[in-house]
Amino acid sequence: MTNLTNHTIASALAGLKKKEFTAVELVDAHIKASEAARHLNCYITETFDTAREQAKAADERYAKGVALPLDGIPIAMKDLFCTEGVQTTAASRILEGFKPPYESTVSGNLKKDGTITLGKANLDEFAMGSSNTTSGYGNVINPWKRKGDNKDLVPGGSSGGSAAAVSARIAMGATGTDTGGSIRQPAAFCGITGIKPTYGRCSRFGIVAFASSLDQAGPFARNTEDCALLLKSMAGWDPKDSTSVNRPVPDYTAQLKAGVKGLKVGVPKEYRIDGTNPEILEMWDKGVQMLKDAGAEIVSVSLPHTAYALQTYYVIAPAECSSNLARYDGVRFGKRVEGDNLIDTYEKTRAAGFGKEVRRRILIGTYVLSAGYYDAYYNKARKVRKLIWQDFVNAYQKCDVLLTPTAPTPAFAIGENTQDPVTMYLNDIFTIPASMAGMPGMSIPVGLSADGLPLGLQLLGKPFDEETMFRVSQTLEDAAQFTAVPSNFVKAA
Amino acid sequence: MTYILKGETGDWETVIGLEVHAQVLTKSKLFSGASADFGAAPNSQVSPIDAGMPGMLPVINKECVTKAVLTGLGLNAVINNVSVFERKNYFYPDLPQGYQISQYQHPIVGNGEIEIDLADGTVKVIGIERLHLEQDAGKSLHDQHPQKSYVDLNRSGNPLMEIVSKPDMRSPEEAGAYVTKLRAIVRYLGTCDGNMDEGSMRCDVNVSVRKFGAELGTRCEIKNVNSVRFVQQAIEYEARRQIEVIESGGKIVQETRLFDTKQGTTRSMRSKEDAHDYRYFPDPDLLPLTVANDFIDDIRKTMPELPDAKKHRFIKDFGMSVQDASVLVQEKDRAEYFEKAAEGRDAKLVANWLTTELLGALNKGEKTLRESPVKASQLGALVGLISDNTISGRIAKEVFAEMFVSGKDPGVIVEEKGLKQVTDTGAIEKIVAEVVAENPDKVAEYKGGKDKLFGFFVGSVLKKSGGKANPGIVNDLLKKKLEE
Amino acid sequence: MSIDKNTVTKIARLARIKVTEDEKEVLTKELSSILTMIAELDKVNTDGVEPLTSVVQMQLFEREDVVTDGAIQEKILINAPEQAAGFFVVPKVVE
Repeated sequence: MTNLTNHTIASALAGLKKKEFTAVELVDAHIKASEAARHLNCYITETFDTAREQAKAADERYAKGVALPLDGIPIAMKDLFCTEGVQTTAASRILEGFKPPYESTVSGNLKKDGTITLGKANLDEFAMGSSNTTSGYGNVINPWKRKGDNKDLVPGGSSGGSAAAVSARIAMGATGTDTGGSIRQPAAFCGITGIKPTYGRCSRFGIVAFASSLDQAGPFARNTEDCALLLKSMAGWDPKDSTSVNRPVPDYTAQLKAGVKGLKVGVPKEYRIDGTNPEILEMWDKGVQMLKDAGAEIVSVSLPHTAYALQTYYVIAPAECSSNLARYDGVRFGKRVEGDNLIDTYEKTRAAGFGKEVRRRILIGTYVLSAGYYDAYYNKARKVRKLIWQDFVNAYQKCDVLLTPTAPTPAFAIGENTQDPVTMYLNDIFTIPASMAGMPGMSIPVGLSADGLPLGLQLLGKPFDEETMFRVSQTLEDAAQFTAVPSNFVKAA
Repeated sequence: MTYILKGETGDWETVIGLEVHAQVLTKSKLFSGASADFGAAPNSQVSPIDAGMPGMLPVINKECVTKAVLTGLGLNAVINNVSVFERKNYFYPDLPQGYQISQYQHPIVGNGEIEIDLADGTVKVIGIERLHLEQDAGKSLHDQHPQKSYVDLNRSGNPLMEIVSKPDMRSPEEAGAYVTKLRAIVRYLGTCDGNMDEGSMRCDVNVSVRKFGAELGTRCEIKNVNSVRFVQQAIEYEARRQIEVIESGGKIVQETRLFDTKQGTTRSMRSKEDAHDYRYFPDPDLLPLTVANDFIDDIRKTMPELPDAKKHRFIKDFGMSVQDASVLVQEKDRAEYFEKAAEGRDAKLVANWLTTELLGALNKGEKTLRESPVKASQLGALVGLISDNTISGRIAKEVFAEMFVSGKDPGVIVEEKGLKQVTDTGAIEKIVAEVVAENPDKVAEYKGGKDKLFGFFVGSVLKKSGGKANPGIVNDLLKKKLEE
Repeated sequence: MSIDKNTVTKIARLARIKVTEDEKEVLTKELSSILTMIAELDKVNTDGVEPLTSVVQMQLFEREDVVTDGAIQEKILINAPEQAAGFFVVPKVVE
């Protein structure tokens, strides 16, 4: 193997076990690649030094035969996960310099299993965005480019740094969080695999909150198996998160090769939305055909309230965020801008510390919760949310998984889609409904557009049935044989 | 007795409702594992959850749920099987999350009622609107620095029960009796220590005035009043103030006021620049709290006898007056002391000795009943000595004084000091004869119709006996002798 | 559904975010556009529908009453912009 960065997690673990290479070599190769790809701006904080030390420790464990399940695997950690003693910013200037005195459960789980964090990955500020252009620490650049066009493209968001890092082979896997599509959409834009598990599957403890009833952690990797390996480590009940669910975590890799014979794959008719890129619709049809060919039964299903998911989301997520972000007041941590008095200090601190999109969402959330509007907006949205949830429950009477596009377009250029916030919000139109219902979902790369950009399809599963979703994903992966690699992610010397 | 405030335009009625914040007696906080103890160094009992740090999540303390239900049962209230924690959003330096987790639309405890005991022996029922669980805020200190406020988050996240009464009280006395009763109930239940001076019980007092029979007036809320006496003072002042405002043609503005303990007055809190808009919504970090009927029944089984039940039992079993019984049950320790002391004794007499002599002496010495040098069994023994005529009531006082100092058993003191009552008729007859002989003038006057002098003779005999003569025998013998 | 500049001023105040006059103009338009989108929810018939609070359907976990945290004053204060004598320090609060 000439380049260690081409390994998948599974093959790297095999190589480490067989002593074909060391964890130090593996980590060094990724650090080198990271340094060469700094223009992508994947990391807000690099932790290369500790990574090298941890790699040495991993090698010692391999030498003693006491290696951990994911020992020595270099990953990127979305900078929304609090990491003890390491700056955690949520890509917001308001948290610049903040070093949490605690570790998030998910990052702690991964660490316990031996993964090595190379850096805190860039994201949209407080995970609010679909293009990673709202970060207080600069845009992340998608390693993919359109054929014959050198324009920088967005990696999607909010977990843009994580997705770009995995796609650019500077990390073998990465953590993300998904509130309305923040794992699935960037996975699609960057041509990798990403899964948002069922709400409650991974602990939210120590993850900087955006919208608590929607936020869910999940992994990125370059294939289904790696995602399964990472999710197994990340998931599990946590007594520190009252919304995490106490049920055993299965070995997600066990059923990967079980195929789809006998499974029913639902195709929701409401996802055929005007304005969707025709290439994406074509890819969707292809995906349906692949699963059919592999022995799945295709059924048409209806999710009648799909058209209202986006609206519901833009009430509930801002409402929760307006409250979740009230703690950033310059009193106990983070930035403070001194004002004439306490209120002035609050107002100046929050105006200077939060970026435009975050401010906009806080204001919308404040408005929909304010006296006189609660019932018209917030309560109405909660009722519609119930209907959306019911749609999925009904659909899953007829099928085991759903197959849909992940995003209505491939990656777009930085600066496009910014004329109006609502246009940008449409990016999440296919991912939001499952978020509202708490259902698991993932995005798998299945092909390239005519101008050479990856296209992803979305699989949605039943609650806590990630296993079936992984089976179908593996089948699609095997059929699609997506091997394309972003060709120009390393800046020409 | 009706509490009437006389104004220039007529008689006014005062309408009072109370919101009492009682800190649940627990080791740790409502949603974090930090200690809930009082009085530690600043910010030394704070978890990242209490400091509202990013990514921190609340996990509810089971004990708080149990004790809220127990308290609800003690208030004869409906326990709601499902309750919901909501966020009350506002900015303040001692509110680290930027919201308080509280229960708003769906509290854990609904309607209930308690009895209050008034000085004239009457009992009044006061309605309870609700009890809900919520987080306490931290503490801001404004006197440490000329331009700065200092914030201590030790209290942040402490578990509180907010107990809201109906506006059923009509006088400062009733409000005082309500707080006293509520404190007794939570102490009996062990759900709150009731220490108002440490802030583990705090009252917000809602006061309005109206002409008798009229519609409810606009109310003002007096925040954080921290003793029974202050509650009463604040109401007295506030009601008068409102009447003056109305009678001089003004209008009462609904507002929050502060009680000035030094001057005994209330003043408006500088009106907040913004109207309050707390934007309550269900906390998405928590699920609805469910308490099953089985759970409630199990808690019900652990309920101790509460003050009202005890009071009724005392009245029934011991033929005690309502007032006496009320005083005895006011404090759990007192009631327990009483029952122990009264075992096998004349209960009414024990009650008298406890409430007058012992509590009086303790008060003087600023001691609590727990610190009493006279143990319950000893007080009981003392009453026993009176009942079986070993000593007289007068001697008993002497014995008691000695007990209070030395902690010795009354029997020992009586023995040591030779205080045993003389019931030997012959010995007393001798003294009676002496007294009669020494006072021929008075005997003559008495026989001449001056009946009042009988007391003089009794006193003289008792004095001569060193107080040891049995007063009943003295009476009988004196009467006989003087009629000779 | 559109909102005016006064409303923007009011909610910015509630949210404790300073906005300049220019920003208010832009925000009025942007927030109106978002609210117009949101207002489409009115088209959904939700009569008799119970609002959904959490997609997780389980009993709320209750922890035992044990002291497991706190006593970390230094860690609590370490990120504070201003502190003194163990306290967080803020501009004076006027009551």
